[in-house]
Amino acid sequence: MVGNILDFEKPLIELAEKIKELQSFMDEKGIDLSDEINRLKQRARNLQQEIYAGLTTKQILQIARHQNRPTAREYVDHIFDEFVELHGDRRFGDDPALLGGIGLIDGIPFTLLGHQKGKSTKENLKGNFGMAHPEGYRKALRLMKQAEKFNRPVITLINTPGAFPGVGAEERGQAEAIATNLMEMSDLRVPIIVIVTGEGGSGGALGIGLGDKVMMLEYSYYSVSSPEACAAILWKDADKSAEAAEALKITSSALYKLGLIDEVIKEPAGGAHKDPGKAAMLVKEAILSSLKELSKLSIEELINQRYQKYRQIGEFSRISLSEEGLG
Amino acid sequence: MFKDLFGKSKYVTVKTIEKRDKEEVSPDNRLWTKCNSCKEIIFNKKLVENLMVCPKCGYHFRLTAKDRLTITLDQGSFKPFGEDIYSLDPLEFPGYKDKIAKAKAKTGMDEAVIVGEGTIKEHPVIIGVMDFNFMGGSMGSVVGEKITLAIEKALETRKPLIIFSTAGGARMQEGMFSLMQMAKTSAAVKRLHKAGVLFISVMTNPTSGGVTASFASLADIIIGEKGALIAFAGPRVIKQTISADLPEGFQRAEFLLEHGMLDLVVSRDQLRDELARILKIHQAGVVNYGG
Repeated sequence: MVGNILDFEKPLIELAEKIKELQSFMDEKGIDLSDEINRLKQRARNLQQEIYAGLTTKQILQIARHQNRPTAREYVDHIFDEFVELHGDRRFGDDPALLGGIGLIDGIPFTLLGHQKGKSTKENLKGNFGMAHPEGYRKALRLMKQAEKFNRPVITLINTPGAFPGVGAEERGQAEAIATNLMEMSDLRVPIIVIVTGEGGSGGALGIGLGDKVMMLEYSYYSVSSPEACAAILWKDADKSAEAAEALKITSSALYKLGLIDEVIKEPAGGAHKDPGKAAMLVKEAILSSLKELSKLSIEELINQRYQKYRQIGEFSRISLSEEGLG
Repeated sequence: MFKDLFGKSKYVTVKTIEKRDKEEVSPDNRLWTKCNSCKEIIFNKKLVENLMVCPKCGYHFRLTAKDRLTITLDQGSFKPFGEDIYSLDPLEFPGYKDKIAKAKAKTGMDEAVIVGEGTIKEHPVIIGVMDFNFMGGSMGSVVGEKITLAIEKALETRKPLIIFSTAGGARMQEGMFSLMQMAKTSAAVKRLHKAGVLFISVMTNPTSGGVTASFASLADIIIGEKGALIAFAGPRVIKQTISADLPEGFQRAEFLLEHGMLDLVVSRDQLRDELARILKIHQAGVVNYGG
């Protein structure tokens, strides 16, 4: 656990320890310290609020990557009444880095796909830290097509540092698998609800990320490249990753302001890992209200709206920067 | 490479394959180039005559977009569109404006892709050509928009679409705007397929990242230019991840062909003929079924 403490949370941890000490002192000696304890608890809440209100992008990145951050499977356990995991791409194999299945949320059937990060080293070795192979993306597509056949809405939970960069992944067409998903998701005839729950790492995230409603958990990130890679490539200095993280505008609030995502889902105080059950309930609410909103549209309207949404993304001018005297 | 050879915006004029006028070729003050692969010293004149392919080992030097258009299309047939679209700096990313200005000065291009209409042996096509010299051929908002415009033009005119791609990947300086161009272009390709319009993708050296993982991999026919590096994650990243040597020829066009990822690998001198052959077969018309 010690390794999971975020540096900026240290004052909070210290305060919590002090409260604990006072509590046990009070229990042992039978002295009433409850006023003092309540005062400290209030201070802890204020301090947490203060810290979390002023997080830097680098700190948000740390929360998004926190080892205790709830995984797709945990969200499934909390959110679904029933769930059946389905395996395999029917072409090569089954990728444990990409969880897929069907289930019920409040009696409504959904198809769910999500990157599955492990909680232990063993799980992570099996699931490559949520970095999917082509067979993961192809399993996702197979299940999305199945969802379309049965008119089931699709939920995707994004939490990956990126698609797996390996020899087998390249040999089997990692790029083709992601590209095909993008193409097919643009035209899938059921609503697609996308939630970035932790890491939204580049093409590997987008590979299950094209949808009608794209939401991000408050302390997740979504980026064209990892800030570390960006710093290394652009500035030849991986130590500048904090600057790169700021510059890339990868937080939920920044991306919402830029109009690149549709909604930010609030997290419990101190982040989803502090209260996975509550985080899951907030995610569930967001899913159900999104579905309610999207199901007002006919399928044709839905597909058209989805197309137009992506068609319009891009910032450019009809006048050259240099002509404006800015270049 | 090309900059060394021909200097700023002084492009080599390679005539069409059938009709090349050697006198119009304009090598720079330096008369020779060392091959990146076999280290052979090649006279520039010879290199240009050979379409920037090493006469000794067949190594394909990178081509500028303008040169690619010249050696691919019928002479004088090219009509550009989508020219009045310029990059902004939506994230106010440190140094980006400066980089664009430098790339413009270096290449004489406004962005990393040129799109337009033309003919190949009289077959009309919509064509897009990316240029690696402009910020590594990276795809930001403008590249994504121009590629989408080319797809839409093909959709509207029903002319076959040919895109020559080369890219390091998505353009980092535009962050998520760049990543979303993958979604935008792929969605547009879907419409092209549904409408039954031919799309040929030619991947040239190197094509990687978000370009490989979007429109470039979604064509009816995918051609790799001989020896081209074609990847999702580049070899350096993979080597780091697996900390082992990579297989022989890994991520080269021939390797992808062997693994079923490409329809054809074609050398530069055969490319125009091969494209014309495909267009001819495609444009022969359709069989009417059921009377």
